Amino acid sequence: MNETVKKHSKLGKDKWGYIFLIPFFVAFLVFSFWPLIQTIYFSFFDHYFSQTDFDYVNKFAGLKNYKELFTPETARLFFNTMVMWILGFIPQIVFSLLLASWFANNRLRIRGAGFFKAVIYLPNLIMAIAFGMMFFTMFSRGGPVHQICEAFGMSPEYDFFFHIGPTRSLVAFINFIMWFGNTTILLMAGIMGINESLFEAAEVDGASQFQVFRKITLPILKPILIYVLITSLIGGIQMYDVPEVVTKSSGMPMSKDIFSLNVPAAETVIMRLAKYISKSKNYGSAGALSVMLLFITGILSVVVYKFMVKDEE
Amino acid sequence: MAEKTKLDANYTVKKSMGMGTIRVIAYVVLVLLSLMCLIWFYLLFINATRAHSEITARISFVPGDNLIDNLKKLFTSTLDFPRGILNSAFVAFASSILTVYFSMMTAFAVHAYNFKGKKAVHVFILAIMMIPTQVTSLGFYRLVVDTLNLKDSFIPLIVPSIMSPITYFYIVQYMKSNLPMSLIEAARIDGCMEISILNRIVFPLMKPALAVQLIFAFVASWNNYYMPAMILSSSKKRTLPILIYTLRSATEKDKDFGFQYVAMALSVLPVIVVYVFFARKIVGGVSVGGVKE
Repeated sequence: MNETVKKHSKLGKDKWGYIFLIPFFVAFLVFSFWPLIQTIYFSFFDHYFSQTDFDYVNKFAGLKNYKELFTPETARLFFNTMVMWILGFIPQIVFSLLLASWFANNRLRIRGAGFFKAVIYLPNLIMAIAFGMMFFTMFSRGGPVHQICEAFGMSPEYDFFFHIGPTRSLVAFINFIMWFGNTTILLMAGIMGINESLFEAAEVDGASQFQVFRKITLPILKPILIYVLITSLIGGIQMYDVPEVVTKSSGMPMSKDIFSLNVPAAETVIMRLAKYISKSKNYGSAGALSVMLLFITGILSVVVYKFMVKDEE
Repeated sequence: MAEKTKLDANYTVKKSMGMGTIRVIAYVVLVLLSLMCLIWFYLLFINATRAHSEITARISFVPGDNLIDNLKKLFTSTLDFPRGILNSAFVAFASSILTVYFSMMTAFAVHAYNFKGKKAVHVFILAIMMIPTQVTSLGFYRLVVDTLNLKDSFIPLIVPSIMSPITYFYIVQYMKSNLPMSLIEAARIDGCMEISILNRIVFPLMKPALAVQLIFAFVASWNNYYMPAMILSSSKKRTLPILIYTLRSATEKDKDFGFQYVAMALSVLPVIVVYVFFARKIVGGVSVGGVKE
């Protein structure tokens, strides 16, 4: 008797688990799941302005939008995005590894480590649009960096943003500044987790700092490094705010090589997606591109999850 | 014996020298990287106090006396920056409060109750964490503009904040180590309703974690450009990132650097001020639960 009452009340209590999940899942269904279905739906249609109806119409297009997606033009957008991501990611991971191993090194005892960490993390919180605009202003003609370069003999007429190398490098540099602090902190958490006795044992055996780093720190950090690499890659694919403001949505300058196909050198995948959605109303292409991005990020996420689960076991 | 001591001494000297060199290199690199992070903000705030003609004339590391003029221009400009600040603040406050409260509720559901599919729910939320918002943005835009008729409204920027997988993840991690089930059982015996357990017992206990998550959610909304730029169309509704973007369109002729710098300075200042006070907590919040360790 007593047992049944207890069991009953327990069941009654646990229904609150479901009740508390309602807001999250309603929001998910309305603002994520339904839009996702709509996005997939639109990828199979042509959306265009009909002169006879004086309005936008949808016409079933089968796989046309997907066929159009697998062109060198799309490849070029991904190429631009990846070039700018890699240019920023290499210094990001190098400096983050270096800094994290110094901060976590008990024998090095960096003074003011908290201060340094706070400083290098700060750019991560700054509005990317303002950060991009700030760099544009500093590097444009009449800006302080331009003035310094002029003092070293650069022509006052030279414009960084008319040239591909400087524009892409600047976008990459901004990404690097914004993210290396974040990566440092993530890697530090990983290094702190390494058993101190491993380092002590290596020291007793007379291992050099470099050997310790290569033979102990790196192998143990491998899961976190892969996590950082892939999450950063997923973030890189989403690159938008910085090149958007730096190039005034144009993605300019235009490449001169034959593979450019009229795709500006700093135009990213998401810049094109945003243009399809709010400017050209090309919902078909936008839908197909979104589905492609979903697949790519989905596969990358599964890889991350596999590594995290393995790590947990 | 003597041989060995000598060897040991040699070894110690060599090792400590190596450490000393590394320490010097470490400090030099740290100082240079810190300068690389801060110099831009320094130049930004210095230039915000100088007039356009001064700024284009030459670089300066000392403040000018044109701050008030620049601010006056900013506040009387047709771009309506005061309105932009209010809009941004309203959207960021509303959405960060929703994010934090409902993420706590979701985390509490998974942490404190035993129901069928609980583990699946947790894994599912982790899985959708990785999906970029841009992937569903076409459908979201169509939903907002066509179905709900909410173009140029703040609602589509605020209400979806109820669902924040990343905030959920941080809070659920925090609950694992900071929310003893015995406390909840005790409250139940006292006849406390489940919803008031959440509001009166869990909420106060979670405050340290919630405060950090509130800052993260606020900053994310304050800085957000992608969706607001698509949805907000009238000048009255513009948020700060949209206003900053419009500065980029200024032509060579009507460009006023003093105005531009003071506008950018104002839009990053609130975040920097909050950061100065809570830097340690915020930096601590980055790694907690970020990677399962």
